[in-house]
Amino acid sequence: MSRLPNQPGELINRGKMIRFTFDGQPVEAYEGDTVGSALYAGGRRTFSRSFKYHRRRGLLCCAGQCPNCIVAVDGAPGARACTEPVREGMRVEHLNARPGLDLDVMRATDLVGTKFTPPGFYYKTFIRPRRLWPLYEKVLRHAAGLGVLRRQQPEREWRTEYRRRHADVLVVGGGTAGIGAARAAVAEGEDVVLVDEGPLPLEPIDGVEILARASALGYFDGIVPVWQGDTLHQVRARRHVFATGAIEQPLVFAGNDLPGVMLSGGAVRLAQLYAVSPGTRAVVATTSDRGLDAAAKLVEAGVQIAAVADLREQRTAAARQLAERGIEVLIGHAILEARGGKAVQAAVLGPIGVEGASVERTFDCDLVVVSGGFAPAMSLLLQAGARTRYDAERGCFVLDELPPNVTAVGDVAGEEAGAVAVPPPVAGAGHGKCFACLCEDVTAKDIKLSVEEGYDSIELSKRYTTVTMGPCQGRMCQLPAIRLMAKETGQSLEQVGTTTARPPWVSVPMGVLAGRPFEPAKRSSIHGRHRELGGNIKWAGDWRRPYDYGDPQAEALAVHRVAGLIDVSTLGKLLVRGPDAGEFLDRLYPNRFSDLKPGRIRYGVISSDAGRIVDDGTICRVDDDTFYVTTTSSGAGAVEEWFSWWLADWSMDVRLTDLTQALSAVNLAGPRAREILTELTDLDCSPDAFRYLDGRHAQVAGVPCLILRIGFVGEVGYEIHFAAACGEHVWDALMQAGRDRGIRPFGLEPQRILRLQKMHILVGQDTDSESTPFGAAMPWIVKLDKGGDFIGKWALEHYADAQPATRLVGFTLANGRVPTEGAVIMDARGAPAGQVTSSRFSPVLDRVIGMAWVPSQLARDGSRVTISDAGTTLTAEIQTRPFYDPDGEVLRS
Amino acid sequence: MSFLLTCPNCGVREVTDFGYGGEVSSRPTSRPTLRELGEYNYFRRNRAGVQREWWFHRSGCRAWFIAERDTRTNEVLLTELPVDSSGGGAA
Repeated sequence: MSRLPNQPGELINRGKMIRFTFDGQPVEAYEGDTVGSALYAGGRRTFSRSFKYHRRRGLLCCAGQCPNCIVAVDGAPGARACTEPVREGMRVEHLNARPGLDLDVMRATDLVGTKFTPPGFYYKTFIRPRRLWPLYEKVLRHAAGLGVLRRQQPEREWRTEYRRRHADVLVVGGGTAGIGAARAAVAEGEDVVLVDEGPLPLEPIDGVEILARASALGYFDGIVPVWQGDTLHQVRARRHVFATGAIEQPLVFAGNDLPGVMLSGGAVRLAQLYAVSPGTRAVVATTSDRGLDAAAKLVEAGVQIAAVADLREQRTAAARQLAERGIEVLIGHAILEARGGKAVQAAVLGPIGVEGASVERTFDCDLVVVSGGFAPAMSLLLQAGARTRYDAERGCFVLDELPPNVTAVGDVAGEEAGAVAVPPPVAGAGHGKCFACLCEDVTAKDIKLSVEEGYDSIELSKRYTTVTMGPCQGRMCQLPAIRLMAKETGQSLEQVGTTTARPPWVSVPMGVLAGRPFEPAKRSSIHGRHRELGGNIKWAGDWRRPYDYGDPQAEALAVHRVAGLIDVSTLGKLLVRGPDAGEFLDRLYPNRFSDLKPGRIRYGVISSDAGRIVDDGTICRVDDDTFYVTTTSSGAGAVEEWFSWWLADWSMDVRLTDLTQALSAVNLAGPRAREILTELTDLDCSPDAFRYLDGRHAQVAGVPCLILRIGFVGEVGYEIHFAAACGEHVWDALMQAGRDRGIRPFGLEPQRILRLQKMHILVGQDTDSESTPFGAAMPWIVKLDKGGDFIGKWALEHYADAQPATRLVGFTLANGRVPTEGAVIMDARGAPAGQVTSSRFSPVLDRVIGMAWVPSQLARDGSRVTISDAGTTLTAEIQTRPFYDPDGEVLRS
Repeated sequence: MSFLLTCPNCGVREVTDFGYGGEVSSRPTSRPTLRELGEYNYFRRNRAGVQREWWFHRSGCRAWFIAERDTRTNEVLLTELPVDSSGGGAA
């Protein structure tokens, strides 16, 4: 590990060694090093392989701005080696090179494959023969991208907390200007948050919350998400101050991507902050005094300067001072080419505007220091609505207009002294590739080609060549791309303009944006019992529910033969009360409820104003002014919103109470359900006293309940609703009363078999957003003659007269195979004409049954349809009436 | 999209607290033609400027209210319960 003598501002602690590995090899570093500085000190020059051509890339900016040193740290790709602090035992690996960084077989794309890979090559060169595309695609997909995400879930997991922070002022950037702005705001009594992405801790400022080592990702209508380690702060401020600084620009010349070509700021940082010599003999090319200052600093760090090319025509004081120290300063010269194999070995300089080998001069060197001026880091400001114009004197785009409550200070606002720079010429000649965009390997020639092919605006060229779309987000390439575009189209830079600034401004793992995995699990009050009974618990929407208790077929048969008990607490439950309650429901449902007698129940389907089925459920009129409405489990929230929306609009005398969470419910069903219930209640449950579709208030096992006699599963059934706190008590009492008779708990899966036997639809399973009650074989639910308006009336009036293209029907299968739900129904010509929505084996009927949307002309009993399912075809027979108890005699018994 | 909304019941909250119900439009009061029905169901004015719209305080009091919002800037000029604003026709 070679280091310079102590530097006055060095960040490293030479007293403490840190050890980590790079591609499995041990690396020694000092505390305070970055991964990049430690590897560079150890002699490494190649840090990555480029995106497309797999060319060697080395440290360029040493500031976390460019793509050249992206590595994986402890398995997570995307870290910048040059800013990633070293930690004991960390595991650093290269990306995008096989078998290794120093020998990469994909380098062939650079050496021989360039003519096959122009911009948009995937539309051009890999399209014939067409049948080989699957192979091409596989190879190209394999070659694309940087790094590999871990396959193992624990290694992929990323825990991020969201935090909302409201402030008066948000300052982005902790440099001199940002800190000044924060202090000034605090002095005004404002609540200030300051974000800084630098590696060094900032001095605390009274009254300012400092988010250090944190990045502002973008500007979204006043919210700035700030990523800091495991936290994503969503900062909302009344006023924003951007002190985001300026970014040193590279120069475009042949070989400008060779390892050893470094921005002046990067070379100086390596030497001054980490005491690592960036090279032994350097050539400097600059458009401003920045490069000259860097040359002077490098001399002090012991680097020999072979020559300096100053692109400006005037010799400045800084140039004269360098010359006085014996350094050759070539005024009006540019760098034409960097040469070398694994790293830069020589640089070619020549006078601007003069061509020919006679005027070129070649200097041996192992370091090329470039400075193409500074571009203000305006992306966040532009996202906030700022406008720019081109400043010819400074050679870059500058801020022109700012939105209200947004200010820019410091370098980003052009306040830096001595920023005057000449716009560098754009190279096109020279030997070898001139890169405009290092992230995506876009060359000057590629941009020329895109203009020739008609992509002659910067936004089009961006999409076609992908220039500015890589990890640097345009930091290094936007200005060079605009200059190249101007040159190729003959437009001014002002006319070419900039591309739209978009978030994220820094590379950010998706996991940070996803936030903490947050799945609210809803469990019924009886959930503990389901677990004790060995319930097979799965997700059902937000709910955790037992799909079965081990044997769904036997559970379904128990309901037919004895009795079963299912927890239906997940149903949505709404209480609709008030003098206008009946009329309110008449307006919301296609059928009528104002004429429903107290103590009676009616099925209802909610339709949208487009006549489509939204939800379904049963409505019980409890008394004159009170209706108890149940909805589907998944539709509970949406129906409450839907009801309350119309209520808000209609201003009727109705109160709506959502009892979904407050009440639990169980469905006791089967031939012996009545005698089981009778044991626990004083209510007269005889068939004449408590008829099908009656609703009764009664005590069950001492608990006040609302009992709805309905028949979703096809047997005599009592849906019992009661206070959630009594869930286990009521469940236990019913199970106990039924034990000797052979009652079984049943889960969702047997319930699906049972309801399918009755062709009771599941909204969302058997219907979709196109389904109407007419298509879903429920024309009887639509009472167009009931008088008055209702939601969906006009659309349903239209559909009543029209023949639906497809209808929902039942089908049975002879050969016993259960078709996949979603399998395709074929018409006579073999074209898709419908789909299977539900299918099960019915143990009580001993055959396969299902429901499907089929062409209307086939929707009659006995017709045959062909089901195409995963490569095989099945023939099904249509049935329009329920498979089990078609006349409802069992239900009413 | 990100801005603050003032729920008439609960006060100022982040927009993510709310559900958007779309612009306030007039439900046809007499039988519409199929074309008028289609426009009511599927077409929106999509105004660039101030529009009246429905919002639902989903993570709060679960009340629907009316907001006037400038769609170009997301500046919310007023929020009110529909009883104050004499309705306007949902959906």
